[in-house]
Amino acid sequence: MLNRTADSVARATPEPLARKVRGISDKGLAWLFISPTILLLLAINIFPLFWAIYLSFTNYRANRPNEVVKNVGLANYKRILGDQDVWIAMQTTAHFVFWTILLQTLIGFTLAWLIDRKFRGHAFWTTIILVPMMLSPAVVGNFWRFLYEPQIGLFAYAISFVSGIPPTDVQMLSNVSLAPWSIIIVDTWMWTPYVMLICLAGLRSIPEYLYEAAEVDRASNWRQFWSITLPMALPFIMLAVLFRGIENFKMFDMVTLLTGGGPGSTTEVASITLKRQAFESWRTGYSSAFAIILFVAVFGLANIYVKALNKVKQR
Amino acid sequence: MSLTTAHSVVAPSANAKLIAGTIIVAYALISIVPLLWIFATSFKTPPDSIAYPPKIVFQPSLEGYCNLFTTRTRQTPEYINSLGPATGFCDETVRKRNMVIAGPSNFMPRFVNSLIIAFGSTFCAVFLGTLSAYGFSRFKVPLADDLLFFILSTRMMPPIAVAIPIYLMYRELGLSDTALGMILLYTAVNVSLAVWLLKGFIDEIPREYEEAAMIDGYTRLQAFWRTVLPQATTGIAATAIFCLIFAWNEYAFAALLTSGTAQTAPPFIPTIIGEGGQDWPAVAAGTTIFLVPILVFTILLRKQLLRGITFGAVRK
Repeated sequence: MLNRTADSVARATPEPLARKVRGISDKGLAWLFISPTILLLLAINIFPLFWAIYLSFTNYRANRPNEVVKNVGLANYKRILGDQDVWIAMQTTAHFVFWTILLQTLIGFTLAWLIDRKFRGHAFWTTIILVPMMLSPAVVGNFWRFLYEPQIGLFAYAISFVSGIPPTDVQMLSNVSLAPWSIIIVDTWMWTPYVMLICLAGLRSIPEYLYEAAEVDRASNWRQFWSITLPMALPFIMLAVLFRGIENFKMFDMVTLLTGGGPGSTTEVASITLKRQAFESWRTGYSSAFAIILFVAVFGLANIYVKALNKVKQR
Repeated sequence: MSLTTAHSVVAPSANAKLIAGTIIVAYALISIVPLLWIFATSFKTPPDSIAYPPKIVFQPSLEGYCNLFTTRTRQTPEYINSLGPATGFCDETVRKRNMVIAGPSNFMPRFVNSLIIAFGSTFCAVFLGTLSAYGFSRFKVPLADDLLFFILSTRMMPPIAVAIPIYLMYRELGLSDTALGMILLYTAVNVSLAVWLLKGFIDEIPREYEEAAMIDGYTRLQAFWRTVLPQATTGIAATAIFCLIFAWNEYAFAALLTSGTAQTAPPFIPTIIGEGGQDWPAVAAGTTIFLVPILVFTILLRKQLLRGITFGAVRK
């Protein structure tokens, strides 16, 4: 009865008002649609973040929940910035991020450029190349440990086959100077396709007429590459570097399974140090402070980088 | 337009194509070798898997798969002879190594956990993501850009940094090592991807469709349900697969927040141990079973891949 009345009123009223009576207003609907997501993120991401900020000023230890929690002010932050191990972990991370990004960008861009020659069957081979990046990094780390095994591992065998070094001497994971490279190799194997795919999109976005005009002007291939291809693809390359940079700064799973941070602490990237402090030494307050520092670092660097990226785009 | 490109002066020469093709095929073949090797190892016997030089030609065996699904104990030959005839293929294989099957391994329950958590969180993330994406795409939301950036920024935190407070929070709420806890967490991580991707897809659907439907007497909600959703199915499916792959592959949260009943496959597979070290054929078998769905999805997704991995920033 009531419904029918409302309906007849609605039919008689002009459009915007009618919509309000028959359903929810657009504004109400917008909030109804968006708020569940925001609430979930507040509960699972933002509330814990504030909790971590609070903990970072205390000496709380998660394995002793009944102990009295003391406010220690900035002591945790001071200790982290003066901690030799933290600085070594940051250097390890920087080494890892620098070399993986450099190799992935060089190889990825070259592959994309070659695929853009559009030879027969390029779509099929592109799909094959893309497979590694879809796999679970943890599972990848674990099975590369098998490939790296001295003597019985396929990688060690292939290296000794090519170089003549006895296969028992190819100790990728236990040699202090080789271990950092072992994680770089696996990461490059896995994520080069990612950079390649983004670069390929960049190359395909370059309008053909630019090359035609250059051809008319008799610009050499070399000149065309430096004056058209590279500058036009640069925003895409920079985007790929941004995503890879953030991801590798956070790197945890693949390295944990491959080397566990060893031998010694030669491959202990920041996330592994954080995990050891938080879940093995149970220094919850201290590790929360470390987590906040890492987060601020990623966030800050990413922001500066995005500004640079936007400048390149506008050119 | 197509005429000019067909006669383009800049089309790569046949020679350039040949060289490019050769290099790409060579790279593709080399990069796929590790995967083929794992696949092959899953069909080796344990001695074959650690032979030197590595065996490329070998007698295929299902022992790795038997070992993956069972736990075994070593017994004396007399005891084994005293048992009745072997009841199945695995039983027979295991007895040849002087062992008997003690029971099923934890692989199946862990695999089922992976399925429940991945599908559960994907459903929630895509559901919430579709609603939010529609909201952001069609309505003037105050501070829309800030909210969208906030949604994305939650993805920049290192997982371990998020895990510390989540660990404490779940301990208080009794969500540690539960599927529900993992579903909530993965939903929160994936919803940022879902919102960004789906907003891109919904932006591409012309508003005129809904406006026409609303002139025909549909409410906004009905128009969303009957015109926008059917148009967005491809985008929703692609988004769902990306969320599924993330949840399926995730390791850090799973390793820190689950230990038993809710543990997923990625933290479990590396712990498969045989006698005297890692049982590589069993590990390879687990890895193979775990990776097959991902391979299928990669092939299904290949056209949408670019969009997914860049949060919709590159659309081609």
